[in-house]
Amino acid sequence: MDELALYVLDITMNSVRAGATEITITIEETDDTILLVISDNGCGMTEAQLSKLSDPFFTTRTTRKVGLGIPFLKMLAEMTGGYVKVESVHESVSEEHGTTTTALFYKNHVDFIPVGNMTDTLVTLINGSPEINFTFIHKMPEGEVNFSSEEIRSILGKDISLAEPEVLAWIRGNIEDQYNEVDN
Amino acid sequence: MKSLEELMAIKNKMQNKVSVRTSAGDIRVVVGMATCGIAAGARPVLNAFVEGVDALGLGDKVQVTQTGCIGICQYEPVVEVYEKDKEKVTYVKMTADKAKEVLEKHIKGGKPVIEYTIGATQL
Ligand SMILES: Nc1ncnc2c1ncn2[C@@H]1O[C@H](COP(=O)(O)OP(=O)(O)O)[C@@H](O)[C@H]1O
Ligand SMILES: [Mg+2]
Repeated sequence: MDELALYVLDITMNSVRAGATEITITIEETDDTILLVISDNGCGMTEAQLSKLSDPFFTTRTTRKVGLGIPFLKMLAEMTGGYVKVESVHESVSEEHGTTTTALFYKNHVDFIPVGNMTDTLVTLINGSPEINFTFIHKMPEGEVNFSSEEIRSILGKDISLAEPEVLAWIRGNIEDQYNEVDN
Repeated sequence: MKSLEELMAIKNKMQNKVSVRTSAGDIRVVVGMATCGIAAGARPVLNAFVEGVDALGLGDKVQVTQTGCIGICQYEPVVEVYEKDKEKVTYVKMTADKAKEVLEKHIKGGKPVIEYTIGATQL
């Protein structure tokens, strides 16, 4: 995969599958690093699950034998000189359960890949899970881009799904406009 | 900048339509979005359907949704089209351009694009 945004999509899908209702994606860029943090309030992982996470053959899926998500991200981050850290509290341990995945990349390293199309990634996530509250913050040296499902929902009311094509088109346009403004 | 006023306008328009919406005759387009699908290029396919349905004004009739691994990873990106009283059509090795064609000919025009379906594809 040749865009960081595709990794973000894949890792966030883990949060969706974990039954999260709140998912926050933050990307903080400096001139030479990118810090990616994806946190959710899903079911979390047990200590045993967590310790097996960097093993590409570990997955709780039944439809496919190999889990690729986290090990892929880890490989990419470490190739650039960065790291991946996963912290998780399982629902059997605390009411405050959930998972936070943190990844640091050195973006000037030859092995780094472009950030890519975060707009497509967000629209894909909202289309797939319109009921989840996604919060997205992308800070760049030149400015920032924000999105909040809750804010959109507070305007639309509860009867109109964020997955309505017209709503998604508006969201796409809004995020693209924000990125264009940062570029100028 | 896409303004909140525009979003309000969309809301007002939709509120009037919500009651008219029926499930009869609806078409459901389902895109496989597991790791295997994402790695094979499912995201641009999904977005082509989402944008195309809006652009063609088919939002009342067509729903674009996602599913996990369909179990035929070598055929990804996979798209399934469900329509009432019709057999499911499974498209394989999809791209954004093929998605646009399927939208025009199948979703809008009613004729499946046979050459992109699983039956017509050699592994
Ligand atoms: N955010 C999360 N919340 C709960 N469990 C998770 C989360 N992320 C990963 N996991 C667990 O770790 C396993 C491996 O994840 P991953 O490497 O992405 O592979 P896959 O998603 O294909 O199973 C998952 O099957 C799941 O059990
Ligand atoms: Mg995964």
